Amino acid sequence: MPAKPSALPRYLREIQAEVEQVAREAGLDFFPVIFEILTYEEMNMVAAYGGFPTRYPHWRWGMEYRRLAKSYSYGLHKIYEMVINNNPCYAYLLEGNSTLEHKLVMAHVLAHCDFFKHNAWFAPTNRKMMDEMANHATQVQRAMDRYGVETVEQFLDHCLSLENLIDPALPFAPRSARPSEPPEAPQAEELPRLPAKPYMDSFINPREYLEQQRRSRAERQAPARKFPAEPQRDVLLFLLEHAPLERWQQNILSLVRDEAYYFLPQGRTKIMNEGWATYWHSELMTKRLLKASEVIDYADHASMVTATSGGRLNPYKLGLELFRDIEERWNAGRFGKEWEECQRMEDRQCWDRKLGLGREKIFQVRASHNDLTFLDEFLTLDFCVEHDLFSFGYNARNKRWEIVSREFADVKAALLQQLTNGGQPIIHVADGNFENRGELLLVHRHEGLDLDPAWSAETLAALARIWSRPANIVTEREGKSVRLRHDGHELKTFDA
Amino acid sequence: MALRIEQDRARFRQIIRGRVRQNLRKYIAKGELIGRQGKDVVTVPLPEIHLPRFRFDPKQQQGVGRGKGRPGDPLSPGEEEEGEGAGEAGDRPGEHTLEEELTIAELAEILGEELALPRIEPRGRHEIRSSKYRLTSVRRTGPESLRHFKRTFKEALKRQIASGLYDPRRPLIIPVRQDKRYRSWKHTTEPFSAAVILYMMDVSGSMGDEQKEIVRIESFWIDTWLRSQYQGLVSRYIIHDATAREVDRDTFFRTKESGGTIISSAYKLALEILEADYPSAEWNVYLLHFSDGDNWSSEDSHECVKLLQDELLPRANLFGYGQVRSPYGSGQFIKDLREAFDDDERVALSEIEDRDGIVGSIQDFLGKGR
Repeated sequence: MPAKPSALPRYLREIQAEVEQVAREAGLDFFPVIFEILTYEEMNMVAAYGGFPTRYPHWRWGMEYRRLAKSYSYGLHKIYEMVINNNPCYAYLLEGNSTLEHKLVMAHVLAHCDFFKHNAWFAPTNRKMMDEMANHATQVQRAMDRYGVETVEQFLDHCLSLENLIDPALPFAPRSARPSEPPEAPQAEELPRLPAKPYMDSFINPREYLEQQRRSRAERQAPARKFPAEPQRDVLLFLLEHAPLERWQQNILSLVRDEAYYFLPQGRTKIMNEGWATYWHSELMTKRLLKASEVIDYADHASMVTATSGGRLNPYKLGLELFRDIEERWNAGRFGKEWEECQRMEDRQCWDRKLGLGREKIFQVRASHNDLTFLDEFLTLDFCVEHDLFSFGYNARNKRWEIVSREFADVKAALLQQLTNGGQPIIHVADGNFENRGELLLVHRHEGLDLDPAWSAETLAALARIWSRPANIVTEREGKSVRLRHDGHELKTFDA
Repeated sequence: MALRIEQDRARFRQIIRGRVRQNLRKYIAKGELIGRQGKDVVTVPLPEIHLPRFRFDPKQQQGVGRGKGRPGDPLSPGEEEEGEGAGEAGDRPGEHTLEEELTIAELAEILGEELALPRIEPRGRHEIRSSKYRLTSVRRTGPESLRHFKRTFKEALKRQIASGLYDPRRPLIIPVRQDKRYRSWKHTTEPFSAAVILYMMDVSGSMGDEQKEIVRIESFWIDTWLRSQYQGLVSRYIIHDATAREVDRDTFFRTKESGGTIISSAYKLALEILEADYPSAEWNVYLLHFSDGDNWSSEDSHECVKLLQDELLPRANLFGYGQVRSPYGSGQFIKDLREAFDDDERVALSEIEDRDGIVGSIQDFLGKGR
């Protein structure tokens, strides 16, 4: 920790005990939580570090910190809560907040923690990440001491450009299925010969025969030389195993990859995670924890958290309302075949089977869904209409962003599109020895959206530097299939 | 306690500095930094610094928002920034710009590095000193108000122990007169260098807005550099057409007259100001004159040369003349000056074609290190 964590004062320990008690009774189950009080400066720092007190040295934390500090000082935002997926869970309270705010933050954090513990997508994450991050910091620092800040930083920047090229399914795959086999070095073993005495050899094994043997073996081996044998989503792993890297470079690439996998589920469950936490702090506060004197302040605060400003979609609010919607529907039995097929508005409006399954359902949902499946399954036409959702896009002719549609199907498609693969393009390694020239070939699975050309060029350059040979990517641009090739100095575009 | 993040912040600032340096010539030519100037800091607009990655073309991507409106209605400003409900907010669609604050001193340093400007050694006036005094030493006499309490008691304790009057079981210490110690001060003197810049500008009809803008940009950078070289910097402004008068900074850049041009009027006024307020023993004097080079008569030009030669140059570190190209001016004046002062160290002559010429002109003026 930057400064000695201030031990929680007694009144906060008492509040924590109370909130935990109430949360457990409501059915939440969480890791032990350690709360620490930070000043706003420390809070901004920890936020810039992505929630951790220690990260490896890198300029982008400085950039983020500056941004946070500035918007804090202009009163544009204030970080209320932060929590780390770790066992024990670490969470931060902002010094100078009122007792009510601390209470609310605690309730919110416990729900996050329950989510971390029970959501399936978090199951493979490292629960000792706090320590791991500190180790990473030491490793990078050591490399910098040894090889120079600039060199290491540059390599780190290259690696970070490829951070999103990982395989979300890999943490769930059996271990044996993971590594991609390196190509077998062409073996200089003897060609098979018929047994013959030396002086007879040239007659029994004539040159034509040997030649034929050699050719047939070359043919047999040719397909095997292509690697990876299957397209590989985890580009970082492929580079780790096959790029000509020095030891320290391998270390850095591998730690960037570890962190990317660690943060992956958080990006994939943002709406749910925040929705779940907001749902529960609201539930616990209003039903159990609030004192009469605190109600007004609480309402004020809650309205801020779930505010929708200027047409934005607030993940806190969207998640919260979807969870409430699910609970209501399952309580009233508004699901299943009968409900779906019912066309009479009157019936639908006063539909109530009094099942009371709501609570149980949302606990199931939080355990097994991620944002993509969550919205796919539970975003309904009714919800969409009730909440005035629309999709928007850029109109190149008018040079402005416009509302595109209010049709349920379009809105949902736009949302799901954003959430598919976390809104990142799906890219895999197709060939590590492209055209037998040792070049790297990636393939972008084009699903309707082109890649950003300027950013792709820069990223490809970073890739070429790591691979130390030219890097290629096959993608589509304006409906045509193209191959971009970067050799570290310049970009060329070919038709593919 | 310093936060760990300071290290990352410092690194980020270094990168920013590098970017500013890279783009410095552009900033100068566009005059972008002027008007973004606070008391000690300048706000520099920079394109966002990002780590590239493979991402979708933001212009093709659709987002989801909530609120009223029909298809085809534009989003209200700001909406597009974080209109999406998920993913990394703020990443798309609009590119953000960074606003970095640099102190004037940092900016001057960058300017100096990029244009390879030599440091200025103030003229041999090391006798100009500012004196300061600080309470740093201790004496046996002094006013009671400066009594050093702790020292006094220490002395008393020493004396009592030495003379056997001290009883640890009853630690009573009573200072007497010779125990008393007083804070005392020391004088330090530091060389102090002050400079005055006299800006003179031709505001006759032939100097257009663009010409004045060039002067404005150039004077901003010259101010910035000289401010970093001297502890005290004063700028004074003189405008002239056929007659000269002193004005404030604002008026200097705004006035437009229609009269003819008699340059010597400005030089005479400059001389008066120098004589009245800036004795050359104490001040480093910079005279900077901008004009389109169209003087009323060649007699007047001769008079100017004479004034410079006899009166102004002996008092000044540098006389700079910048001739801004204008569609009306004949540009004769710089030729007259060149003839008279071709290899005079104290004179810097510079012709400024257009905004891109500003950098070169700054180098002409400040490259002499005077």
